[in-house]
Amino acid sequence: MDALLSNPDRGGPVQPLLTATGLRKHFPVMGGLLGRTTKVVRAVDDLSLSVAKGETLGVVGESGCGKSTVARLLIRLLKPDRGTMVLDGDPVDEPHGITINELRRQVQMVFQDSYASLNPRLTIVETLAFAPKAHGVPAAEARARSRDLLAKVGLDPNSFADRYPHELSGGQRQRVNIARALALQPRLVILDEAVSALDKSVEAQVLNMLVDLKSELGLTYLFISHDLNVVQYLSNRVLVMYLGKIVEIGDVDAIYGNPLHPYTRALLSARPSMNPRQRTQEAPIQGDPPNPIDPPSGCRFRTRCPFAEDVCAKAEPILTDTGAQEVACHMRVRNSGHTKAP
Amino acid sequence: MAIQSPSLEIAGAAPVRALTPASRGYWQSVRRRLGRDPVTLICTAVLLLIVASALAAPWLGLADPYKTSMIRRLYPLGSPSFLLGTDELGRDMFSRLIYGGRLSLFMGVTPVACALLIGGTLGITAGFSGGWVNMMIMRIMDVFYAFPSVLLAISLSGAMGAGAENTLIALTLVFIPPICRVSESVTTQVRGFDFVDAARASGASALTIVRVHVLGNVLGPILVYATSLISVAIILAAGLSFLGLGVKPPEPEWGLMLNTLRQAIYVNPVLAALPGVMIFITSICFNLMSDGLRAAMDVKA
Repeated sequence: MDALLSNPDRGGPVQPLLTATGLRKHFPVMGGLLGRTTKVVRAVDDLSLSVAKGETLGVVGESGCGKSTVARLLIRLLKPDRGTMVLDGDPVDEPHGITINELRRQVQMVFQDSYASLNPRLTIVETLAFAPKAHGVPAAEARARSRDLLAKVGLDPNSFADRYPHELSGGQRQRVNIARALALQPRLVILDEAVSALDKSVEAQVLNMLVDLKSELGLTYLFISHDLNVVQYLSNRVLVMYLGKIVEIGDVDAIYGNPLHPYTRALLSARPSMNPRQRTQEAPIQGDPPNPIDPPSGCRFRTRCPFAEDVCAKAEPILTDTGAQEVACHMRVRNSGHTKAP
Repeated sequence: MAIQSPSLEIAGAAPVRALTPASRGYWQSVRRRLGRDPVTLICTAVLLLIVASALAAPWLGLADPYKTSMIRRLYPLGSPSFLLGTDELGRDMFSRLIYGGRLSLFMGVTPVACALLIGGTLGITAGFSGGWVNMMIMRIMDVFYAFPSVLLAISLSGAMGAGAENTLIALTLVFIPPICRVSESVTTQVRGFDFVDAARASGASALTIVRVHVLGNVLGPILVYATSLISVAIILAAGLSFLGLGVKPPEPEWGLMLNTLRQAIYVNPVLAALPGVMIFITSICFNLMSDGLRAAMDVKA
């Protein structure tokens, strides 16, 4: 194993693998006569999170709540407007820290669209060898390693190495994408809806493979999904996002067993019940999420929240530790002014 | 059609090896589809014939294309020893048409090739960089777009003076903006795909990403578009020669021949149309070939 691809544990087990503080990304909306920025989409607004070593952090939320933007910010495919990131004790893109390229060697990503994320003109082995070659691994070694990777994700190198993406099924392509993400021997893998496009039986196989790979390679996952069951199966901790903000974060058992935020409750009760005697009786949440160009004042969920009061429009709730989990809701803060506050 | 052998797997025997067909690359399947397209094949064959005869003209034993004669002027087609007759100065038309192909094809292909190199580089740079680089390059191209291409070619070669080199420069400048725009749009499209994001996330340099991931996906459409421009270039070059801004007499060149023969149009109209027929055949072959290429490459792999 060459020195280039080894990523030593620097900060010890207590140091979080990745910490992001105050991440913000506002997309300008061009308009007007000369293409001036007239409005901004607040895709991610002052979001802070940390991923511990060896854990799986699940990220859930409705479509358009900024999940994928978070993923792209963490791997720096998008440049955050504000905020700092620390990878295992090393600040990213700061004078005394590591470069963005260093970050990308240790953090890799699996995209949702298995077809669009593979170059149709390259064979599978060429796709897998691209990143190591770009980091200076000799071509022959990169190819040999790619074949090992294929075997690791359950594809026979002899029959798949020289195939083109269009000759593979969706599940096989997504396995290749996972292998590609592993090619640089990263420590953190961001899975952005990585299994959402697969049918259920293939999804289960790929999920089990992800679990195996994690323990085999000592990986840490950031698992983004809109599928609550999958997140519950895979995650140690869960982060619930609404309109670019964290509404609740905590251990998977706490979030699923005792959700505190009205939005988390609504999400969880919207899950289809497996038991016909316990049907979901009413629509727990009404309407569409508000436009992120002009989010509601105060608590962003208040327009759809059944418990909204005057205070929710005035002050923005901050994440408060309740013991088992952190939640951003006025009902959980002492003396917040909400009638249901403790 | 061979009858499929019914028993490929025999109990107790070792399994049959390698039943799955070898996977085909993109260009291989393009070639296969082209092979099934008779129109494209015929056009390519005709073009090859024209190009080959033009290239080999000095060794084909043709009559001297410059030798004039006051006696045998404007012989009709099929005259003995002059297959396609003679022109207004008594020169052998067949020989002049073949020789004329050398300059006409050269004037058609060279500016497109130069424009492909310059415009393609600019367009891919603009498309891949985005932002203000894109803005600058594309706005400069828009300035050239403000003029109709024929007018631009005429004014450029008019300003630089007649002659083959100036025509080449003028035509190259005319073709850079459209090629640049096509390159920019396909590159922008490819840049949006996740595999480019994945390549960026792997920490590869922009140049490596363009070389490995972008070029292979944009070169096809750009080349197809460039082939369709060759016919336009031939016609524009012929037009410039016709106007006296391109090649000078007595060089044989199809556009120039059209010009000098136009006085004879009432005497021998068929003869006067012959250079036009050559231009027509060549450009329609280039156009149909480029259509065929596009169709062969368009199918999603």
